[in-house]
Amino acid sequence: MNRPIRNLAIGCLVLFLALLINVTYLQYWQADSLTSLSKHPDNRRVLDAAYSRPRGAILVKGKQIADSVKSHDDYKYQRVYPQGRQYAQISGFFSRDWGLGGIEATQNSILSGDDSKLFVNRVIDLLGNQDPRGGSVSLTIDPKAQKAAYDGLKALGANVRGAVVALQPSTGKVLAMVSSPTYDPNRLASHDFVAVNQAHKDLLANPLQPLNNRAIETVLPPGSTFKLVTAAAALESGKYQPDTMVPGGASLDLPQTTKNLVNEGGGSCGGDKITLTRALQVSCNVSFGSVGLKVGADAIRQQAEKFGFGQRYFDDLDDSLTRQAPSRFPDNPDAPQTALSAIGQFDVAATPLQMAMVAAGIANNGTVMKPYLVDQLRSNDLEVIEQGGPNGKGPEALTEDAISAATARNLTDMMVAVVDNGTATNAQIPGVQVAGKTGTAQSAADRPPYAWFVSFAPADSPSVAVAVLVENAGVDRGEISGNGLAAPIAKAVMEAVLNP
Amino acid sequence: MSATRSGARTGQPKAGPLMEFVHRRRRGAELFLLVLSLCVGLGAYAAVGLGVDGEVPADIMAYGTWLAVLVVAAHVAIRLRAAYADPIILPIVSALNGLGLAMIYRIHLAQPDRTPTARTQLVWMTLGVLLFVGVLVALRDHRRLQAFTYTSGLSSIVLLLLPLVPGIGLQVHGARIWVHLGSLSFQPGEISKVLLVVAFAGYLVLHRDALALAGRRVLFVDLPRGRDLGPILAMWLVSLAILVFQNDLGSSLLFFGIFLVMLYVATERPGWLVVGAGLFLAGAYLSFLFVGHVTERVHVWLDPFGDAKGYQVVQGLYGMAWGGLTGRGLGQGSPQITPFGYSDFIGSSLGEELGLTGLMAVVALYGILVERGLRTALICRDNFGKLVAAGLAVVFALQVFVVLGGVTKLIPLTGLTTPFLSYGGSSLVANWVIVALLLRVSDQARRPPPELSSTPEDMEATQVVRLR
Repeated sequence: MNRPIRNLAIGCLVLFLALLINVTYLQYWQADSLTSLSKHPDNRRVLDAAYSRPRGAILVKGKQIADSVKSHDDYKYQRVYPQGRQYAQISGFFSRDWGLGGIEATQNSILSGDDSKLFVNRVIDLLGNQDPRGGSVSLTIDPKAQKAAYDGLKALGANVRGAVVALQPSTGKVLAMVSSPTYDPNRLASHDFVAVNQAHKDLLANPLQPLNNRAIETVLPPGSTFKLVTAAAALESGKYQPDTMVPGGASLDLPQTTKNLVNEGGGSCGGDKITLTRALQVSCNVSFGSVGLKVGADAIRQQAEKFGFGQRYFDDLDDSLTRQAPSRFPDNPDAPQTALSAIGQFDVAATPLQMAMVAAGIANNGTVMKPYLVDQLRSNDLEVIEQGGPNGKGPEALTEDAISAATARNLTDMMVAVVDNGTATNAQIPGVQVAGKTGTAQSAADRPPYAWFVSFAPADSPSVAVAVLVENAGVDRGEISGNGLAAPIAKAVMEAVLNP
Repeated sequence: MSATRSGARTGQPKAGPLMEFVHRRRRGAELFLLVLSLCVGLGAYAAVGLGVDGEVPADIMAYGTWLAVLVVAAHVAIRLRAAYADPIILPIVSALNGLGLAMIYRIHLAQPDRTPTARTQLVWMTLGVLLFVGVLVALRDHRRLQAFTYTSGLSSIVLLLLPLVPGIGLQVHGARIWVHLGSLSFQPGEISKVLLVVAFAGYLVLHRDALALAGRRVLFVDLPRGRDLGPILAMWLVSLAILVFQNDLGSSLLFFGIFLVMLYVATERPGWLVVGAGLFLAGAYLSFLFVGHVTERVHVWLDPFGDAKGYQVVQGLYGMAWGGLTGRGLGQGSPQITPFGYSDFIGSSLGEELGLTGLMAVVALYGILVERGLRTALICRDNFGKLVAAGLAVVFALQVFVVLGGVTKLIPLTGLTTPFLSYGGSSLVANWVIVALLLRVSDQARRPPPELSSTPEDMEATQVVRLR
């Protein structure tokens, strides 16, 4: 019987070898993938561990907008957001069961301390027998501008849907980004998981979608603010100068249809022929409809794309829940559609961020900078380990010379005229030249129009460009206008940047 | 054996080298290894306390003394009653048991109510060691068991059927393998495991010649004769019945596996393995098709992450991945997340806290244990002892493979205990009895043959008898 017993021993050896190989595969080769939250977001061990670790802070001008403080429960640390509602769309949230959002998600590896850039610090923590601590992320946000934007939207009502984006034209730094309605990330980061569940459910069920970052996720017809793009295309074409006379009557006969394009309010724009500057000043639909027809849809689309339409260029908030929506200009509009598109109606749609970039491009002598939110990455002892910027190498241009410097100057002058004695008088700041453009976009007959405003200041050396969108302010239809609702908010944000 | 045989055949007066070789007792080495194994068990216990509460458990002295007394008692019993027994088996068992106790203690420290389950398990271990000593004292020669072939066969069947008896049978977590008597509950299947090995061995020793007759030859393998298929078919049906009526995939697999392996060892016919593998595949496929929980297990095995029922397996995998190469350290992982991390999934708990390194060490310990068992079978002088030792060693091998393989997603998950590690009294006690039997066979095998008639004349006389 010894031969079978020997064979049996070999058989058992094979079984045990199979066990050893399999467990090696599992605990060595597969371990990284199984403990990666992106592949297995339900791995509670990893979540709990991340949850129990002191996480780096998110900083705005040296002040924490997200921080980890010691807590006296199983998880050791509690994530807190001191100005939660104001920064919710930027900071995002840190929840155990519902994932991460915003900067918490996109900069997770730095904040958690897992990033390879923090390797040296990790070793030092290990040697010093300290808990590994995460690095911190400082943002480009100007806290005063952010507060002005937040307060401005809040003043319109808690449930107003809208967004504000402010950029530094020369760099693309995001100075303010607010979306309304907002939410309190503290409620999602709480260790009371039953309450967190309820809060998360409420947020998802809310028809106003507070988790949405309207500044980058919502595309809506930009209305008359799009006339800036049409004007830019016209000036760039060489066929137009600011004083070129354009039709300014009460209506424009749309070719191939029986319909006419009319002005807001129905009247004429001050004469059958007016200058292009005057047309922008009074936001004349008839003028820009006809300019659009003359320049052609292709030229306008190309101009729009130079400003960033059709692209995704902002990934600082690109997490699993949020993604920048590309703005769009219709592909093959016929003549009447082209006329409507030229005034920002029909199928033109843009995010507030995109419209802020149009203003910023004009303000920056025609060069459109890529927007970015992360200014610096720091180790836990606040040493800078990486500069921010779209590729971690500081500011970067999206399009060099989207318009020529001359066109930029002309457009600036035209926009100054809009604020000084046109449709945007509410944006005037004493002692500062402001360039701006209003917009009031119709989306559907039964829905109230959207109020838009884009602007920058000071006109001669711009340091801030703003776009404001108010989707639904709960005021009478007649009172909805870019100048009435949106311009005051833009003014407050610009003032906050200009008078620190 | 072959050495003796050839020595006899050539008529040489000198015995073969195997007969000449005298095993040393090595009891001192066993004691030394036992002290090491106690260090493992107690060190783990202390580490758990340090990891969870930041301090060595307050009862470590009492606990340590208790464990040491048990281990030393087993050692003394061996010294007095089985002086030639294999010196490595007991230390391995002691290390595994100590590690298991520490892990059970660790998981229950993580539970909110902190039920002292480690203490319960220590009581079961005490009972196990008492039975161990009892077997060594009462059973002076394992061959006496051969007389109980049919008794143990019958009682093992009765024990297997007990959980199906209404009133005392109990269905726990899907499997109807529990018997409830008053406040005491146990799994009779664990005991019948031991009895079955004895019964198989006794039966096969008697019938091995008939069962070894060759039938049709297919592809270099002699298949058994059709008329000899009765026993294996019966065993196959019993295993399927356990699966269907008790929902116990693990035991079903184990019983059929033991029988098949012992049949192969007894007959030396690989043909039986072919027949057995065919029956196994047929049974496996049939139960995959018609037995609901088997279908479910297979689906979970194929895609644990996509199957809601895969929660336990997935948590086990997460735990082991979280442990990585060196583990989180005792008391510093989260093995309590995995359901039954102290019993069926204790392997994944060990993997999480001791890492790949620790789990490999545990698998290696089992490997050595099985090897010592098979070695005992090899050197044993009588066929019954050979079969018993091989059967018992294979019980451990199959059980470890099936459980750890299931936990690590090598094969579909089946509910079996991890010998000596898992929480559960019946299994622990039964395994201590198995070890006692192994040591008893080992003692017989390694003991120098009695100096009865080793003179040349006697050998020649034997020769004459043999030739006639």
